[in-house]
Amino acid sequence: MNLFAEALAWLFSPERLEGQYALPVLLGQHLFYTVVSVVIAAVIAVPAGWLIGHTGRGREVAVAISGAARAVPSFGLMVLLVLLLGVLRVPQAATITFVLLAIPSLLAGAYTGLEAIDRRVIDAARATGMTEWQIFWKVEVPLGLPLLVGGLRAATLQVIATVTIAAYVNLGGLGWPIIQGIPLRRFDQVLGGAILVAVLALIADMLLALAQRAAVPAGIRVASRGSRTPRAARRAASAESPSASEDSAATAPSSASPT
Amino acid sequence: MFTARKSRLALIGGIGLAASLVLAGCASSNPLDTPTEDGGESAGSDTIVIGSQAYYSNEIIAEIYAQALENADFTVEREFNIGQRDAYIPDLESGAIDLFPEYTGNLLEFYDDSADVTSPEDVYTALQDALPDGLTALDYAEASDQDTYTVTKEFAAANKLTSIADLASLSEKATIGGAPEFEQRPYGPAGAKELYGVDLAFSATGDTTLESLLAGEIQVADIYSADPAFETEDIVALEDPENLILASNVVPIASSDVADEIADVINAVSAALGADDLVALGVQSTVDEKSPEEIATQWLTDNDLL
Repeated sequence: MNLFAEALAWLFSPERLEGQYALPVLLGQHLFYTVVSVVIAAVIAVPAGWLIGHTGRGREVAVAISGAARAVPSFGLMVLLVLLLGVLRVPQAATITFVLLAIPSLLAGAYTGLEAIDRRVIDAARATGMTEWQIFWKVEVPLGLPLLVGGLRAATLQVIATVTIAAYVNLGGLGWPIIQGIPLRRFDQVLGGAILVAVLALIADMLLALAQRAAVPAGIRVASRGSRTPRAARRAASAESPSASEDSAATAPSSASPT
Repeated sequence: MFTARKSRLALIGGIGLAASLVLAGCASSNPLDTPTEDGGESAGSDTIVIGSQAYYSNEIIAEIYAQALENADFTVEREFNIGQRDAYIPDLESGAIDLFPEYTGNLLEFYDDSADVTSPEDVYTALQDALPDGLTALDYAEASDQDTYTVTKEFAAANKLTSIADLASLSEKATIGGAPEFEQRPYGPAGAKELYGVDLAFSATGDTTLESLLAGEIQVADIYSADPAFETEDIVALEDPENLILASNVVPIASSDVADEIADVINAVSAALGADDLVALGVQSTVDEKSPEEIATQWLTDNDLL
């Protein structure tokens, strides 16, 4: 029996539903840390990103900070925070790590979403007499939403993959079979855990891809359907017609989402 | 246009050359292969190559072997800090390393995880059978570096605990912390329940097991018996009268080619390496921050082996 078959046998063994480390328990822990971390990160990053996108100020700083934050190794940061905060505050240490991991993608999604909007759309809104708040809520936020959901998608995926290390500091999650299996040299268990994390990530990615599509405002969807063929899109781009700008706002998520 | 094409050709040629070099490299040596003769030959037949794990306590023992052999006019080469078992066992089996300080129980687990022996003598006998041809286990020492059921002295006094069996009398269910794999070991919580009737919850405290015990997050901790914490902190390992825990005494593993030559010197070291020595040696390393060389020289001198 090859390792993959053994891993599947491990996954579907009835023992996986028993005890302290039953798979449903681990899945619940994994989702809990993912959701909590992404929500906290969104509360911090989305308003900040919108502010940057709306005012156009502070962009360089945000790019520099979020770029640098992406380079921070999560595992090292988590262990460092556990040491700094002490063994009684391990959940907080891990959550901070995952929040810091999720912020760059969300921040980028929030401000690029607003930045990608054609300035003439905003000028038109202003010319019709909208207040700044109305411009923000009725024009910028809806038009920037697909890119924001794209950022959310990237952040969620990274956090799901990284919550695996929570098991190293005794917080469980789907990383547990991996962290425990390596010293025991039970590679069916290690692979089984890895498969679970991958499947969970794929499901989450699929759901968020659907959400990303649903987030495109109805007006843009109609406009972009008109210029779906490459030739029409090219012609629209070279002519820089208003429909091209809407088109770019609608299709930008797939190309600009920082996965 | 012409120059662009030329440079593209040059680029393709360069990539092709690089690829062929890489492929040639692959063909002549597979990096995953076990290194064989290289280490053995360069060291010469009279040189004893001593290895050690990337673990300070293990390195001190290796240094003690090295100085004892040098004192007996052997030429020694030190290959210390090799890493974990998976990394160095191939070198040991191939003869690239001649001598390695090991631990009876942990090494037996590596070769045969179905063995159900736990006492020092039984584990040593089982290990001798389990070792592949070409490796010889010399005499094991009284010193050991094995799992323990450890509590704080305060907790032990308050609950009158001396042995693992006494944990059964606790009014509340205690939690034992340890490395993740401890949960699955035969001497883990399930084993304690079977042998002593002690019901323990498990917490995978991993690298922070000692801190978790001192912070009161867990009541019992699996701390290795050679940990300097036994001298620096107020903790005590519970006795194990029924031999629940797999004994893991220090044992020199030698290539069979050189085992006879070095047996007298190394066995004398093992005979002198007492139960409490590893903790004391560890304290000199972690607290006094002495080098392995100093610690080894001092210990050998104290035991009249130098």
